[in-house]
Amino acid sequence: MLGGDLFDFWVGPFYVGFFGVTTIFFAALGTALIAWGAALQGTGNIWRISIAPPPLSVGLGLAPLAQGGLWQLITICAIGAFVSWALRQAEIARKLGMGLHVPFAFSFAIFAYVSLVVIRPLLLGAWGNGFPYGIISHLDWVSNVGYQYLSFHYNPAHMLAITFFFTNVLALSLHASLVLSAINPPAGETAKTAEHENTFFRDAIGYSIGTLGIHRLGMFLAISASFWSGVCIILSGPFWTQGWPAWWSWWLNLPFWSGH
Amino acid sequence: MAEFQNIFTRVKVHGPAYPGVPLTPGEVWPRQMTPVFVSLLGRIGDAQVGPIRLGWTGIASLISGFIAIEIIGLNMMASVNWSPIQFVRQLPWLALEPPPPGIGLALFPPLAEGGWWLLAGFFLTAAILLWWLRLYLMARSLRMGTHVAWAFAAAIWLYLVLGFIRPILMGSWGEAPPFGIFPHLDWTASFSLRYGNLFYDPFHMLSIVFLYGSAVLFAMHGATVLAISRFGGEREVEQALDRGTAFERGALFWRWTMGFNATAESIHRWAWWFAVLCPLCGGIGILLSGTVVDNWYLWGVKHGIAPAYPPLWPPVADPATLPGAPQ
Repeated sequence: MLGGDLFDFWVGPFYVGFFGVTTIFFAALGTALIAWGAALQGTGNIWRISIAPPPLSVGLGLAPLAQGGLWQLITICAIGAFVSWALRQAEIARKLGMGLHVPFAFSFAIFAYVSLVVIRPLLLGAWGNGFPYGIISHLDWVSNVGYQYLSFHYNPAHMLAITFFFTNVLALSLHASLVLSAINPPAGETAKTAEHENTFFRDAIGYSIGTLGIHRLGMFLAISASFWSGVCIILSGPFWTQGWPAWWSWWLNLPFWSGH
Repeated sequence: MAEFQNIFTRVKVHGPAYPGVPLTPGEVWPRQMTPVFVSLLGRIGDAQVGPIRLGWTGIASLISGFIAIEIIGLNMMASVNWSPIQFVRQLPWLALEPPPPGIGLALFPPLAEGGWWLLAGFFLTAAILLWWLRLYLMARSLRMGTHVAWAFAAAIWLYLVLGFIRPILMGSWGEAPPFGIFPHLDWTASFSLRYGNLFYDPFHMLSIVFLYGSAVLFAMHGATVLAISRFGGEREVEQALDRGTAFERGALFWRWTMGFNATAESIHRWAWWFAVLCPLCGGIGILLSGTVVDNWYLWGVKHGIAPAYPPLWPPVADPATLPGAPQ
């Protein structure tokens, strides 16, 4: 990156590299800023620490540190750290002659985060629409924003995201179980191979996607869950301002129902 | 980037169908159906579809599931006065509701007052338990571990807590969720509100952690295996028993990235537990709501995790505690 191999070394098991240095920088600075915010807030209770974004009146401007400025800096640090981490993964993958699937998959998680704290606030015109950094406070934010749209369960992109999350758990449990059941047969049996794995699934449901396909499917389900999570919150506000249950009236009002 | 990342799919190989490992002599239920090949499936995974081995548990399970869906569908059909067009139009809003609260735990309420719901629940539960039995027997018949069946049992636990165990503890079938697309979402939202917001329920928190964690794990695992598939990384069983360069690289990747790595076997143990703990914790969180904890927000305030709202008005007596209040 910087010419030569200045950062091409390991610390214990960790590879450093240029992006390791930027990761450490952003992560350490961001964590210190959170600690500063907690000190300003006056609490050491890990559940109650909360770094709030600026008030809506600040719009897209810069806020004083104690009124959301910390949140803005922490957001920059978080994005810096996440992107550095993805680029570091790419560097390590290339070093090992691997494909770049891991940083590609991770970029979908970054997208979901950026949707919440950058894309949607930009579209709505105020950083105050980002979520606060705190364990309980971010849950309260999710609740409150959800009920602003009456029932977030009716958000079609949210439905898709949840469906992908649940299907991902199902597929992960089936894949993990199948591999474990092949490697760990009953006492006295030899370990089984992919022939038994395929046979088990074909016997059970008539289809086995195979050892390569299940990892394609799993990665697709996981990144789709992230992707639609990002979409569902970007839609809410910038592109749909009523309650989500009302969105479905297009279906009830399709022209071909009329006359019945 | 029209370049395949793995060693097997550069050319799509067409071979004869694989009939499956030989069955133990004396097995009563044979494999059915002549295998067919679906080219589109072959672009992602295995192209072969079939054979299948239904067995008595499979047939009984499918019949029970069919009966359950028929009961639900016909009740929804009746609720729109048997109009097929309105059935399609209103389908997402239609429901088969559980018995009203007054029915309590009666086993044979009038059909129109939750009786059909109980029947549908009975047949759906029978279908699910038969499917569990089938997965268990199938693993045993192939002389494999029974991990699939036990992972499925975790999902059955959540299902039974919602529709059976918790309603019994609360003394009313009416506590259970309805059958229906939007109606079960409404039930979920009102359940959370009724018990003071489920986000403060620690077992709900854990369940969500394992839900998201499962997505993270499958993204990490799926991506890692795909990234090392050019070295044959998808042959996980072989890599677990005799590690080769594929998983050696995958392991080094994570060790260099985060200082820690799993192995070809242990990643599936991490995955199994994350996936299993998601419904397991979720079931506990539901089971405690209303039976042990009446308001998760106040529970959170009591234990110092949630902030208390500043009192804006003088305290008001809870009407339920006044004389003459309905008990």
